[in-house]
Amino acid sequence: MLPSDVRSLRGILGKTSHRENNFLAGRATSIALADLVRGSSFRDRLSIFSGQSVLIATHDQLAAALALIELDGVVRQLTLCPPDLPHEYLPSVIANAGIDAIVCDRDPTERGSLGIRRHFMCTTAIKPMADCRLDRCPTEWVLLTSGTTGLPKMVSHSLGSLTAAINTSKIGEKPAVWGTFYDVRRYGGLQVLFRAILGGGSFVLSSVEESLSQYLGRLSTHRATHVLGTPSHWRRALMSPSAREIAPQYVRLSGEIVDQAILDSLRAFYPHARIGHAFASTEAGVAFEVDDGFEGFPASFVGRITGDVILKIDEGSLWVRSPGTAKGYVGREALVLADEKGFVDTGDIVERRGDRYYFLGRRGGIINVGGLKVHPEEVEAVINRHPAVRMSSVRSRRNPITGSIVVADVVLKVEPDTSNAPASTVELKEQILQVCRGALAQHKIPVAIRFVADLDVGATGKLTRHA
Amino acid sequence: MVSIKLTITSQMQKIADEQEKKIAPLTDDLNLLESGLDSLCFAILVARLEDELGCDPFTASDDIQYPVTLGEFIRFYENAPK
Repeated sequence: MLPSDVRSLRGILGKTSHRENNFLAGRATSIALADLVRGSSFRDRLSIFSGQSVLIATHDQLAAALALIELDGVVRQLTLCPPDLPHEYLPSVIANAGIDAIVCDRDPTERGSLGIRRHFMCTTAIKPMADCRLDRCPTEWVLLTSGTTGLPKMVSHSLGSLTAAINTSKIGEKPAVWGTFYDVRRYGGLQVLFRAILGGGSFVLSSVEESLSQYLGRLSTHRATHVLGTPSHWRRALMSPSAREIAPQYVRLSGEIVDQAILDSLRAFYPHARIGHAFASTEAGVAFEVDDGFEGFPASFVGRITGDVILKIDEGSLWVRSPGTAKGYVGREALVLADEKGFVDTGDIVERRGDRYYFLGRRGGIINVGGLKVHPEEVEAVINRHPAVRMSSVRSRRNPITGSIVVADVVLKVEPDTSNAPASTVELKEQILQVCRGALAQHKIPVAIRFVADLDVGATGKLTRHA
Repeated sequence: MVSIKLTITSQMQKIADEQEKKIAPLTDDLNLLESGLDSLCFAILVARLEDELGCDPFTASDDIQYPVTLGEFIRFYENAPK
């Protein structure tokens, strides 16, 4: 939560203790957060942005992080352009948000003028500025949603709603060094930046110019203490030899369904770390965190009020109401974000077993096998239980009898024994199917399993799913 | 080379074992609806035959006569365009 007398990120930086040594680290440069209290990379140009609607469209994550710290509290509206936004959607984003100016870190003409007169090149060089007022006006934050095809939805937040779930009293005495595989221009990455700033910590940002192993190497150099990502991010990270180089105190997963297999793998890999998972979405905000080491969440969370967060289940779907919930959609006001009581339908389908709820999958992602429903995620979670499996992707295959059938692509932790490949491959497929038969209804068992070297994980860190 | 007939009957037997279904003797005049395999079994059969034989006669043609007996089913695959 924000301190009551603070209205902007700069305002927080001005108050946070330990800030002398805290930094934002990119691949090539680092920024001392203390420099931002009495300095700016925009300097005199900062006043030009006053009251404007600004799009952050940088190539580099550190440049984006710096720009949004500087512009929060100055501009009227701040829209964050995620790195993977298809170029053809940019004009719609600009029109919906009524963008006055674009901040970029590359030749602004490479995209064309986009009908905007003001393009500002930003740098990561901070120079002292005499009149560096900290708090000016509250800025509206606009984030783009992930996961669906077509024009992303544009979601309106405030600094208050974005930081609602952050409990600074829980952040330890020693300043944390945060790292994440998420991009700072999306909800998950932004949460990490705010946790670092509010908690008086540092943040090591990833870069498109480096591999996952190189990023893990930098996390190791900076002695990252808190590292966050999706289950898919973590499964891939554990495939990298560099995963052994980091020694986080806290590992957290969110953004996809967290299964027991990945929790157990991380527990074995980082025995000294606290391993938790969280449920959050751009629209609903952070709903809850689970720290007991198990997949799913306690049934007691539903209906209970924790820090003003209320969960309910309606027609199998999880609904969330919290101070972290977004205000609405930008440019598509007719779209309803929350019901009249303020609950957001997450579209994530849950099922109660005993005293716990388990996530089955997305409402829109169901495979229909002759009229019977299958959530791909539910089958993946079972396949992932096999000790040889690193990750899996379950999809629908067209079938003339039942319309669809279930098939699976599987990435193994270790390549099958090449000297005896055909036999060991057949044996392994049979073993995986045995696990499935023991846990799933007939129509959910994959008809075919294919071993693949890797799976497509999108820019959001989620498995790419095809309709 | 394994005949199409043998490929089909051995897959039917295998699927019946996997799905714990009691299967009728696989004679040419066996009515498919009375074979003991349900529609999920046939969905799996058609998918596996597509992988093994490289064809799916059910989707290959817009105008198909659905096979009724096992003999017709086998001929359906034997006559399918590859």
